[in-house]
Amino acid sequence: MTSKRVSRGIKYFVLIVLAIMSLFPFVIMVINSTRSTTQVQQHAISLIPSHYLMNNWAVFNGKTFDPIRGFINSVIISGGATICTIYFSTLTAYALVAYNWKLRKPFFTFILCIMMIPGQVTAIGFYQFMFRIGMTNNFLALILPAIAAPSCVFFMRQFMLASFPLELLDSARIDGSPEFRTFNRISMPIMKPAMATQGIFSFVGNWNQLFLPSILLTRNTLYTMPLMVSQLKGDIYKVEYGAVYLGLTITVLPLFVIYFLLSKYIIAGVALGGVKG
Amino acid sequence: MKQKGKGFNYARYGYLFSIPFVIAYLVFHLYPTIYTAILGFTDCKGLGNTSWHILTGDIWKNFRTILNNATFQTSLKNTVVLWIMNFIPQITLALLLTAWFTSRSNKVRGQGFFKVVFYMPNIITAATVAILFNVLFYYPKGPINDILVSLGLRSEPFYFTNNTTASRWIVAFIQFWMWYGYTMIILISGVLGINPEIFEAAEIDGANNWQTFWRITIPNLRTILTYTLITSMIGGLNMYDIPKMFNNGNPNNSTLTANVFIYNQAFAGSYMYNRAAAASMIMFVIIAVCSIFVFYLMRDRKN
Repeated sequence: MTSKRVSRGIKYFVLIVLAIMSLFPFVIMVINSTRSTTQVQQHAISLIPSHYLMNNWAVFNGKTFDPIRGFINSVIISGGATICTIYFSTLTAYALVAYNWKLRKPFFTFILCIMMIPGQVTAIGFYQFMFRIGMTNNFLALILPAIAAPSCVFFMRQFMLASFPLELLDSARIDGSPEFRTFNRISMPIMKPAMATQGIFSFVGNWNQLFLPSILLTRNTLYTMPLMVSQLKGDIYKVEYGAVYLGLTITVLPLFVIYFLLSKYIIAGVALGGVKG
Repeated sequence: MKQKGKGFNYARYGYLFSIPFVIAYLVFHLYPTIYTAILGFTDCKGLGNTSWHILTGDIWKNFRTILNNATFQTSLKNTVVLWIMNFIPQITLALLLTAWFTSRSNKVRGQGFFKVVFYMPNIITAATVAILFNVLFYYPKGPINDILVSLGLRSEPFYFTNNTTASRWIVAFIQFWMWYGYTMIILISGVLGINPEIFEAAEIDGANNWQTFWRITIPNLRTILTYTLITSMIGGLNMYDIPKMFNNGNPNNSTLTANVFIYNQAFAGSYMYNRAAAASMIMFVIIAVCSIFVFYLMRDRKN
């Protein structure tokens, strides 16, 4: 039985090494954000935090890196896009499940097809279109397209097919409730768990977007978090190592909070996404 | 009878409730796609220029220019190489971890913890991660060089971001590091979806872990492996955030991917929207052909 114990040992060794590999870059990042530039230069690696957090924060004053602005902008865009995605995907999925209409099947096939088209392929045309109608530097250009989210519709449909009691609609009709009201008051609350899962992914996905915001938003005051963070590469910060680490830490802080509060649901959500094939 | 009449009537709500999706798709997704395709055949260039004319004479000029462009060829090659460099280790490790985490005879303790930690990098902004790695590999005084020199593994610091091979491996590693946890969770959920009776039967027939894994688990994961392969391929061919933010495709264009190339054509230098559009459409065709090929290759031959 020693060979079994050895293989067990190897297993846990590999798992622990991988766990360290996942955490290490972030640990260094957080610790270095509390250290002064001189300290970082002398020894870039340390497991002991220092007390220069406020000094590093002060470096940002008067510079274009404004994490609070970036945070607010990101919340508006990601929040708006998430609400659009969730509400309209649920509505579309509801149309696919609750009603019997002629084009129902072709429409679903259509959604499956467009799910596969990667978004970046349309970026140049999208930019030109937005430029023409004066929607560059406008958050709506990043929020409204979220109304059509084919993969979210797909997920919602699967969820509805599996666990939506269609008899409820009949009793609502007997009570004389109009269809749209039934959707908002009766159907949506039942969809809450699926909406929450998809909401997290939609929010994080929008929060992390770089490509489209970087071509559409050219004004500093409209920058989102990922655009803010890309400024940390600029020359002005080259000599302020502590501040760069702090900037990186600030931009991922909201994601850390979301993740550690909701990791259970997020992991379950990822697993659900996988069985859709 | 009245009921039946009413039931017929409800069908219109199906159309009605699909309208917002359809309109948003037509306006914000389909129209820009067609617009991009058309721009590829025009002379549209120059910062903020929106007026253009369809090319006269050689209508495929932009496509020809792009296909013959040495930098585009390099970027295409890089995109494929970087994807392979990250995908092979990623799927290998994900399969290994899946085998460990779903082993019936040898349960791993702390699975929940490991899953949460392995998946974590996936949720963090790719732009931030890329810059973080750039800083970690700083020359001469970054943390990695600090470790290498302090431990005596190297006598002097190594200029990672100036070395083409090292930069490629770092970019591929970041991609691998961000995605193996995701792939693992997908595969685990796939294994858990396999009928347990098949495993019990194999156990009774005296199959060992190795045989069970190759003869039962892998064939039953075919659909999910296809899904993983295609989504990873589409993502890989669209790689942008990490190479762009890590070192802007440098050094010496060694990490320049097709999407970074497209961005640089359209939104830097001489603002060649037409060529960027042509390059986008070429990428679109490549992605479509590759996806169909994988589907065909991985199809279930029994049906």
